[in-house]
Amino acid sequence: MIEKGRTWKFGKDVDTDVIIPARYLNTSEPEALAQHCMEDADPEFPRKVAQGDIIVAGKNFGCGSSREHAPIAIKAAGVSCVIASSFARIFYRNALNIGLPIFESAEAAEKIQQGDVVEIDEASGVIENLSRGETYQAVPFPPFMQELIKAGGLVPYVAGKAGK
Amino acid sequence: MGMTITEKILAAHAGLDEVTPGQLISAKLDLVLANDVTAPVAIKEFKKLGREDVFDRSRVALVPDHFAPNKDIQSAEQCKLMRDFARQHEVENYFEIGQMGIEHCLLPEQGLTLPGDCIIGADSHTCTYGAVGAFATGVGSTDLAAGMATGEAWFRVPESLKFFFYGDKWHNWVGGKDLILYVIGKIGVDGARYQAMEFDGEGIRSLSMDNRFTICNMAIEAGAKNGIIAPDEKTLEYVKGRAKRDYKVYKSDPNATYAEVFEIDVAEIEPQVAFPHLPENTRPVRESTHVKIDQVVIGSCTNGRLEDLQLAARILKGKKVHKEIRLIVLPGTQQIYRQALAEGVIDALVEAGAAVSTPTCGPCLGGHMGILARGEKALSTTNRNFVGRMGHPESEVYLCNPAVAAASAILGRIASPEEVA
Repeated sequence: MIEKGRTWKFGKDVDTDVIIPARYLNTSEPEALAQHCMEDADPEFPRKVAQGDIIVAGKNFGCGSSREHAPIAIKAAGVSCVIASSFARIFYRNALNIGLPIFESAEAAEKIQQGDVVEIDEASGVIENLSRGETYQAVPFPPFMQELIKAGGLVPYVAGKAGK
Repeated sequence: MGMTITEKILAAHAGLDEVTPGQLISAKLDLVLANDVTAPVAIKEFKKLGREDVFDRSRVALVPDHFAPNKDIQSAEQCKLMRDFARQHEVENYFEIGQMGIEHCLLPEQGLTLPGDCIIGADSHTCTYGAVGAFATGVGSTDLAAGMATGEAWFRVPESLKFFFYGDKWHNWVGGKDLILYVIGKIGVDGARYQAMEFDGEGIRSLSMDNRFTICNMAIEAGAKNGIIAPDEKTLEYVKGRAKRDYKVYKSDPNATYAEVFEIDVAEIEPQVAFPHLPENTRPVRESTHVKIDQVVIGSCTNGRLEDLQLAARILKGKKVHKEIRLIVLPGTQQIYRQALAEGVIDALVEAGAAVSTPTCGPCLGGHMGILARGEKALSTTNRNFVGRMGHPESEVYLCNPAVAAASAILGRIASPEEVA
């Protein structure tokens, strides 16, 4: 799959309380969570983010709480994928489990600027910055993980395999 | 080849003689747990898996502690969803309000987390149970759902970091909280990302179980997969009379491999304060006394245990909370609460002007029971000081141990216990 979108740039150590503040965790409805996604970092984000947009951040993205509501909120906000220098462990697993593609590339995370349009080839991990004419390389996921993401996460992936 | 305690526990639960860092394994689980925030998502996923029952009714724990007692209608619905699920599946370790405590104080107290266990919890502070010598790690709700259905989870075997605390020249008022804040200040909030943090040395051995829980609780704040302390006589004394099933004691081999070993003299460590907005922004309390505060919170899965309350009461007894401070105290469990009542600890705190609550995570994550307004500052014995963690995105949270919190509640600013002792 190819993801193409406009980027939103954030700093390092973006924690899950910033991604979705606990004051909104009295629900787990994806659409309700999406309305508050990233608002403590950028109050405009939930209103202005468009379908297919891409989040770009520094090291340790998604640190802190284990709330799966964090990748759920990002995905429900329409974000197609997240590029970061590195991801916190629980977020990494949660993102894949709910079918949110994520890519690790320190170079991409550093060079992409707010608003750049980038295109990512999930199969090869190649990230093309169309605004700057630059190319970066992320480690691509193995085919089964691409399938899992495409299926929408672990549960639909397992259910789909069981049905075959 | 030698193995670390973490590697030994994972190998045993994967049915393997040995494992090495980086290896992917499928491990059997001794306990899976979730709370009122994470369980609703896990239950939704569990239902999609089409399983009739949880893998073992005695090895699932569901604790309504985050927004409980129900803070609003939506939270009430979430708690009800979890309660209904627990009843339908006859989950043995569901704890209703009145028996409930903060999960990571409650489950060890109930003898449900034991040495040598392999545990996952849909809460990042599940790593707390490393204090009894278990492998315990936080996961998301989907992983929890799969664990609840199958009793297994896959893991990448983590590299281990060793933190060896030596010496016996302790600064006054230094406890487990200061050791772990000091370490996080040294290595950063991703300093142990994906890795196991193993704590050892006479500095650790001399600490009580309550202090050890505090240390392992905050391993996640350095990005770690788990924190762990090998069992000794104190651990076994703690587990004795609580354990509801057999357990096994593991220890690291002398020739085990570590990604890095940190040797820390306890004499280096003064009482710490972590400044906004990351737990790594640590300073000694003596460099923090200029910060005026509005609220002090003593409690949480980090520092809501009996010794924490005793320590706070020792400082506050016969004194008054500063007139511009709101002091909120949250005992971790009903048992802790009752013991603190029996010992006069609660009376001393209330007499000083503290508001004491039934156990809840409450203000720690900005849920309820002490939310901050714009521009307000809280000093808290909890574990995170992220942007907006306790309320308004423009409020601030500072982290410290219970003694520093109590002293600061008296003086209305961040203060060393020396100033009021």
